[in-house]
Order: sequence, then structure tokens, then C-alpha cells
Amino acid sequence: MRELLSFSFMQNALLAGVLVSLTCGVIGTLVVLKRMVFISGGVAHTAYGGVGLAFYLGVNPVLGAVAFSLLASFLMGYVQRQTRQRQDTLIGVMWAIGMAIGILFADLTPGYKADLMSYLFGSILAVTQGDLWLMLAVNLLVIGVVTLFYKELQATAFDETFARVRNLPVDILYVLLIAMIGLAVVILMRVVGLILIIALLTIPAAISSLFLKHMKHIMLLATGLSLIFTIGGLLLAYFFNLTSSATIILVSGIAYLTAMVVHRNCNRCPD
Amino acid sequence: MTNPKTGQIPHIEISHLVAGYKNENVLKDINLSIHKDDFLGLIGPNGGGKTTLLKVILGLIEPKSGSVKIFGQSPQQGRQHIGYVPQFAVFDNDFPISVRDVVRMGRLSPKRLFRPYTNEDESIVDERLEWVKMLDNKNRSLRELSGGQRQRVYIARALATNPDILLLDEPTVSVDYESRTSIYELLHNINQKGVTILMVSHDLNVISSYVKTIGCLNRTLHYHGEKEITNEMLKSGYNCPVDLIAHGLPHRVLAEHEG
Repeated sequence: MRELLSFSFMQNALLAGVLVSLTCGVIGTLVVLKRMVFISGGVAHTAYGGVGLAFYLGVNPVLGAVAFSLLASFLMGYVQRQTRQRQDTLIGVMWAIGMAIGILFADLTPGYKADLMSYLFGSILAVTQGDLWLMLAVNLLVIGVVTLFYKELQATAFDETFARVRNLPVDILYVLLIAMIGLAVVILMRVVGLILIIALLTIPAAISSLFLKHMKHIMLLATGLSLIFTIGGLLLAYFFNLTSSATIILVSGIAYLTAMVVHRNCNRCPD
Repeated sequence: MTNPKTGQIPHIEISHLVAGYKNENVLKDINLSIHKDDFLGLIGPNGGGKTTLLKVILGLIEPKSGSVKIFGQSPQQGRQHIGYVPQFAVFDNDFPISVRDVVRMGRLSPKRLFRPYTNEDESIVDERLEWVKMLDNKNRSLRELSGGQRQRVYIARALATNPDILLLDEPTVSVDYESRTSIYELLHNINQKGVTILMVSHDLNVISSYVKTIGCLNRTLHYHGEKEITNEMLKSGYNCPVDLIAHGLPHRVLAEHEG
């Protein structure tokens, strides 16, 4: 174990696990409670378009991912705010178009492209110093915004109409939230990959909300769970030589199923 | 139009209002003035525009024509004086939140972004919970409560805004019969404390015993400040829920005018 911790890639991976878990716990809780899971999945997949484009242009793929995921957040957020029907269809279409753009740009880029896979499936062991700084920045932003607007975010998540009647800046809060989802997607991309992001974003919060009554507590427990899943999955991957994103998600998934069974058979838990 | 007796401007004044959705006008030529201390119950069939009317008053839907004024202001400005109790069905009943946190929402306003709740807020929250007899449940989770208890919490939240007007959308849907009566009694007390109330409901049986005046809304509004359901309201032209009236209606509603 000691030997393991002496590897700098392992230190980076553990640090990444901690940083990502914080964002996951806080933003994931809002995503689950506000029922924005689908839109988050859409944003994550669309970000691949940005990764492909960045590869093609020869710039840092993270920049491409930031640009695309923010753009996708705003577009999808706008679509979701429209009361017209078929919002889910439109979000699904954008989801697919984003991915297709990424694949096309990857085709157009000459040379070796194995790296692109790491954005799709993540590789926590390949996290760089630069990634860590970005994660730290996103964490500070997310924690800052959620702390400042906690009561308003809770109010809009619970009952947006009432918040609007109170003349709270409901639309601005929505834009802030969706931008934070976009940024969360980018940092999670390094850890579990774009395809598996929704799982890590939602499972810890979903488990926590089965057992706890307060949003704040759910955020804290979700952060803790997310850390356990990430580190647990990482160790499994290391010792059995497996793909870390898959082990992280499977650990989370098994925990979720277990939690549901426990919750079902627990009389004192909130329904 | 100012109140002929007091000279005050009406709390809510609606004139020649037409409103609805893209191709359909749900509300046609609505005229209504609600004055201080009124307790008006609007009945009407589903699809008759009850919720739409409330949304227009709250500034959530723009009128197609006509106007809505709250204390002489636009709905977007005037709604700060309104305590709103939304329809039960719109809530996510699984949402993890404590009774106290729900009622605290009534203390939120744009002026206090970035500022935590104060002691004054907390004492208002406690007082409103006491009004609705839910103070003992303050720290419980909303999802542990019965339908009637939840409704009381939403009323407490609306009261926490220190409203001049209380607006309620079907306050007794999914509430058992006994809780209904106690909710109406509660509203009666709130009205006596000087809060004007506008309530829409299809729960005709109980509504008529507690409200001061009753109107019927089915795309057009039939309201002349009556206390009782009049024959005119029952005429098929207004399409008010006649079958409801025919079955199990308390005597007092159809009784002759009291003294």
C-alpha cells in the first residue's frame, strides 16, 4: 500500500478522486432533486464534440470539452425551459449530434488517436497536474456558488413557481446551475469518461436521498459515497488490472441496488 | 374602481381580461374586484380556467388583453403582497426537505440574496407554524406528513411572506374530509386576522360554509358578491358543477337569504 502511494500517478488519482467527489456530491444532489439526469447525460455526451474538435485543431481537449459542454448546457437548458413538448427528443438529438461531431473530427485528425478513448472511458490514473488544477478551480466555483445561493437553489429545486412568485432570480439560478453541470461534466470526464458520467453524478446522490431528509446532508453523504466509490473502484482496477471507470461505476451500481433493497426493508427510513 | 365604502384601491382588480394558451382562450372577459377582508371562493369545473386565472394574477401568464392590477401595480410587482398556496398535485412529494425549510421559503426575496435567515425570520416561521398548528412538526421531513398536514405547511409558507392576500389553488385536493373542514376553519381564522383570501376549488360542499362570497368560473365569470349559489349560477349557460350541487349540498347554501 505504501509503495502504491509513492507513485505520483497514484497520488494524482487519489487527489482527483477527492476533488471530483466534492463536485459530484453537491451538483449530483441538485441534478437528482431537480430531475435533470437526462439533460446531464446529454451535456456529457455532447462534450465529446468539443474533444474531437480540439484534437483536430491541436489544442487541449479539455478546452474543447469546456466550450462544448457549456454550450450544450445552455442550449439544452433553454430547450428544457420551453413548455412545449418533445424536449426530451430535442435533448436526445443534440446528445447524438454532439457525439457524431466528435467522431467526425477524430476521423479527420491524422495520426494516432488512442488518446480519444480516454475521454470516452476516462482514466483516473492518467490525470495530470493541469487536470488537478482545473478540478480545484471547478470545486471552488461550485462550492462558492452553492454556498452563496443555497437557500435559493433549494427553493427553486423544490417549488420553482413559488420562488418565481417571490421574485427570486429563478432563471439566473437555472443558468448558474446548468453551467455548473457543464463544468462538473468536464472534470468527471477525466475520471470515468463521458459515457459513464451520469452514473457517478447521480448514484451517490440517489442513494443518499433514500435515507436522508435534508438537502445539505444529502450533499455531504453523496460526497462521501462518491469518494468511496471512486477510491474503491480505483483500487479494484489497480489490483485486478481492470479499467478503472468500469470498476468505479460497477461499485456505485452495486451500492445503489443494495441501498434500494435495504431501503425497501427498512421501516424507519423515510418513504 | 375604488371601493365605494372606504375609498381604498382594490387588492386585486381585473378588467376585461382575456387569457389562455396559443389557440385557445380559457378566460373570456373576466371582471373582478377583490377588496380588503374579502374571502372569495371560486368554483367551477375542471378546465374552466380556475388555475389559469390564478396564474394570470400571479404574473406567470401574460393576459392576451385586459388588465390585472394588484394594489394598482402590475402582477410582477404586486405579487410580493400575495401569499400563494399552489395546487398540491404539482409537488414532488419525495423531495427531501424539512417542514421548517419549506416555511422559511416564505421569507426569501430578491432583497435578501446573500444574506442568511435572521432571528426575526425564524420567529416568523415559528409563529406561522403555530397558526396552522404544525409547530410540533417543525423538524420533521415533509414526506412523513399526511396530505392535510402538508397543506397546512404550504399555508404557513404563504403566511410567512406576511401577505395582504392569500391565493389558494384547490387547497383540499387529496386531503381527507376531516382535514378539509379544519383547513377551511383555519382559512376562516386567517381571514379574520385581516388577510384577504381568494380560493379556487371544486369542493363545493364545504367551501360555501366558510367563504364570505362565492363565484362561478367557467371561462366566463359569474360573480356579483353573492354569499350563496344562485339560480342564475346554476343555469346551464354557466355550466357550474350542477351535479355536485344536486348531491349532498348543505342546506345553508341553497337556503333563502338569511335575515
